[in-house]
Amino acid sequence: MTGMLAKAGLQLLLLLVVAPLLSGIIKTLKARLQTRRGPDVLQSYRDIFKLFRKGMVIPETASWIFSATPYIVFVTAALVGLMIPMTTTDAPLSLFGGVLAVVYLLALGRFFLALGGLDAGSSFGGLGSSREMTISAIAEPAMMLAIFTVALAANSTNLGEMAKVAVSQSWKFLAPSQMLAFAALFIVLIAETGRIPVDNPATHLELTMIHEAMILEYSGPYLALIEYGASIKQLVLMTLVVNTFFPFGLSSDWTLRGLGVGLLFYFTKMLLLACLIVLVETTNAKLRLFRVPELLMVSFIFGALALISTFLF
Amino acid sequence: MNGLPVGMIFALSLAAYSTGAFACLVSWRKPTLARYICCGAALAGAALEGLAAVLGILQGTPVRWSISSGIPLFAYSFNYDALAGFFNLTLAILAGAVSIYSFSYLKEFEGKRNIGFFGFLFHLLLLSLTIVFTAANAFLFLIGWEVMALVAYGLVTFYHEDRETRRAGLLYIVMAHIDAGCLLLGFALLMQVSGSADFASFRAAAVHLSSNQQAAAFALFFLGFGIKAGVIPFHIWLPAAHPVAPSNISALLSGIVLKAGIYGMARIFLDGLGVLPSWAGLLVLIVGVASAVLGVLYALMEHDLKRLLAYHSIENIGIILIGLGAALVFRVAGHPQLAAVALIAAMFHTLNHAIFKCLLFLGAGSVLHSTGTRNMEELGGLIRPMPVTAFCFLIGAVAISGLPPLNGFVSEWLTYQSLLAGFGVTGGLTRILFPLAGSMLALTGALAAACFVKAFGITFLALPRSAESRHVREAPRSMLVGMGWLTVACLVLGLGVTWFLPVFDALAEQLLGQRVGTNLISGHGLVLSAGVRHGGTVSTAVIGMGLLVLLLPAVLLVWVGARRFARRRGPTWDCGLPGLSEENEYTATAFSKPLRMIFSVLYQPRREIQAVFEVSPYFPKEIRFESEIEPTFEKRLYVPLKDLLLRFATQMRTIQAGSIHAYLAYIFVTLVLLLLFGVRP
Repeated sequence: MTGMLAKAGLQLLLLLVVAPLLSGIIKTLKARLQTRRGPDVLQSYRDIFKLFRKGMVIPETASWIFSATPYIVFVTAALVGLMIPMTTTDAPLSLFGGVLAVVYLLALGRFFLALGGLDAGSSFGGLGSSREMTISAIAEPAMMLAIFTVALAANSTNLGEMAKVAVSQSWKFLAPSQMLAFAALFIVLIAETGRIPVDNPATHLELTMIHEAMILEYSGPYLALIEYGASIKQLVLMTLVVNTFFPFGLSSDWTLRGLGVGLLFYFTKMLLLACLIVLVETTNAKLRLFRVPELLMVSFIFGALALISTFLF
Repeated sequence: MNGLPVGMIFALSLAAYSTGAFACLVSWRKPTLARYICCGAALAGAALEGLAAVLGILQGTPVRWSISSGIPLFAYSFNYDALAGFFNLTLAILAGAVSIYSFSYLKEFEGKRNIGFFGFLFHLLLLSLTIVFTAANAFLFLIGWEVMALVAYGLVTFYHEDRETRRAGLLYIVMAHIDAGCLLLGFALLMQVSGSADFASFRAAAVHLSSNQQAAAFALFFLGFGIKAGVIPFHIWLPAAHPVAPSNISALLSGIVLKAGIYGMARIFLDGLGVLPSWAGLLVLIVGVASAVLGVLYALMEHDLKRLLAYHSIENIGIILIGLGAALVFRVAGHPQLAAVALIAAMFHTLNHAIFKCLLFLGAGSVLHSTGTRNMEELGGLIRPMPVTAFCFLIGAVAISGLPPLNGFVSEWLTYQSLLAGFGVTGGLTRILFPLAGSMLALTGALAAACFVKAFGITFLALPRSAESRHVREAPRSMLVGMGWLTVACLVLGLGVTWFLPVFDALAEQLLGQRVGTNLISGHGLVLSAGVRHGGTVSTAVIGMGLLVLLLPAVLLVWVGARRFARRRGPTWDCGLPGLSEENEYTATAFSKPLRMIFSVLYQPRREIQAVFEVSPYFPKEIRFESEIEPTFEKRLYVPLKDLLLRFATQMRTIQAGSIHAYLAYIFVTLVLLLLFGVRP
């Protein structure tokens, strides 16, 4: 029990520390690729720190839902972070919620975020909520198919179990089913974390914004919590993709050496995935909203093919 | 002796309902008295029924009692086994909540409507449902079924001065009789083989059914129970009839009357027809998937709060059928353990849906009671005047969207687990159906979440959209207590799921001969596991605790940071224009627009925009926007069917000459034919 709590504490610390760093790295890399100087890697920390110390304005029309939303978004993202294996195969809380709980807890956060968007009473919030719920709804079946493919190979929806099976066959990602599932999940990752070509995290133009539209009325500490929660969610989803498909370096226990090696591998893998995301973001233009379903349909088909190829090969 | 207390208490609950029915009818001239009797007797009956169900389930052995009627094939025989007990328990939970709720709800009927007659129908509905769930004789079952249908018709058309209500009632009664006809034929087929109308004899005779007879019986029962449960494509009566009834009745109709169809399927498919072939299970599964996805897609397009909820009933019946279909497939494939898990998933979702749908309908009833409208486009901002109703509705919305840590999540999780397991146990291409069904379930869940963001967000948040919703008061206390009871049930069934599994274990043992409860619980009774090796585990209790514990750092962060500045209230950003009004708000139509565009193949949306302008079309004075979607099933399936029927009827008119001689001749010919048929060696 105490061991589990200690692990949970450690992993929570890791989550809270690494999440803004990852956002910072992606921003910097993207700027460099576009031959801009860009903010430095630590800027995300400064942003969150600054926001926590600002005052906040709450819309007159808003109810308690508006104030509860930032907490729920943050808490669900952090809890999900404790369920996925980051550096070791056994995550602190993996017994208490597998991949299905991860997906549905993130959906809980999104549910309240969309309500928070509607609560302020402006058109922007509603627009963001509507788009967010639509895109997440059509991303869901693709995500589930890809997850099912991996879960069927591992014979479990328990993430610790899935990671263990993955570690025992490290080169399995070369199998067609795994590659297809990876492609499917990568598209879903782009959609879920709100990156180009689905959503543009840097825009405030009403025609294009999705996530930003929902949180337009938030300010100060509440905005900080939401931004923090969003960056944790991004970290969690990227970790999920990286560790299920490329389980290299995941240590099987919580020893110091194992953790050290695990961390080293983890950072390398995350950096590579970040590079891939940045590359996609830079080489693509944002899609029109009604072209996004086509992209997600591609992802769904990848997922279905992955599933079929599990018993063909 | 063993069965006596359960039998006694059960009989007392039947007596409470029947006494209540007639006492209400007698006291119709004194509305207040009728209201007290109606709610009091129903509450007493529900309490007794719940007690009997709990005792019956704990006791474990089925209780049977039978009173001969003197008519061949018919006896007043009841069988109180785990399945009956489970459905009785569900009924009792809802009946209790609805009778408490009705205490204040019926007050507005006083002096306007006949509360005595309402109470009579209400009690008869509860009585007939109880009989349906416990009858062990096909004719007694059918009598209960028919009374239920007729009484429900009376309640659906309670506001009969409305044309829409009468039309909905007519549609309902026609569909209800098609389903009763199918059941009658199905039972006749079984009786022909078994020679008795007793359910136990069907079970014994199931081995003598030829595969054709089995298939025919399956088709008849699936049609009959499917119409009652509102599966697509037999659903059209449901979104018409449920919303027009008084709200407390809508809650019962969607909560438990639909479940009579599920009860019938569980009883007959798992117990009465022998082991069904796997195509039957796959058919149930596929129909379930179609109902789930199409149900939620139609729900998204609704702006009538109660119609929206009615469509969600179709969706959830679909989810239940996915579990039931999987159970049928696993049983014939020789995996009774997995079948038990799938059955538990289906039955748990039955209970969960009953509870949160009843809660949501009661919530919608409170909104209707306070504002007088069901149209979401005229509502808004109700969370301030009606905080308790809003909270209860929110809990119901989170639960029905299948979000953790509430009860909807648990049953959907179990359904996913059984679908995943299904991939491994079936051969050939059919195995691909299971993960595909899983992905469609994911789509359903996400769309349901979108729909309830709309339902809750547009109804309760932001600014009121009309005068009716601007000056409202919270619902009276008894209505809040009724909703509160179901809200607590949602929370308890979600967080404490591992305590309630023994109930389902008894059910699985009775229907499939498997106890899997011990496999489903691990980790000091806190963790729910998939029941198969490796499967997966989840613990809503720990998730709930984790959410609370992690709240600490979040609160701390905000508290430390926000200490320096006071939080301030300010206007919402209005793009610099003076003042934000309700006209700037997003509407329900707008909210569902992206999905209407994406699924336009299904919806075939039609819209009409008219702008009124004086000088330039760029500065319209007023814009009229009209949009509607095509009711595909009505237009493509039911209208042609109706036309065909009418054409046939017109041709039949030629033999209906009105001459008494002709009719006598018809009677004579029929008699001769029947005699020939009857004495045929």
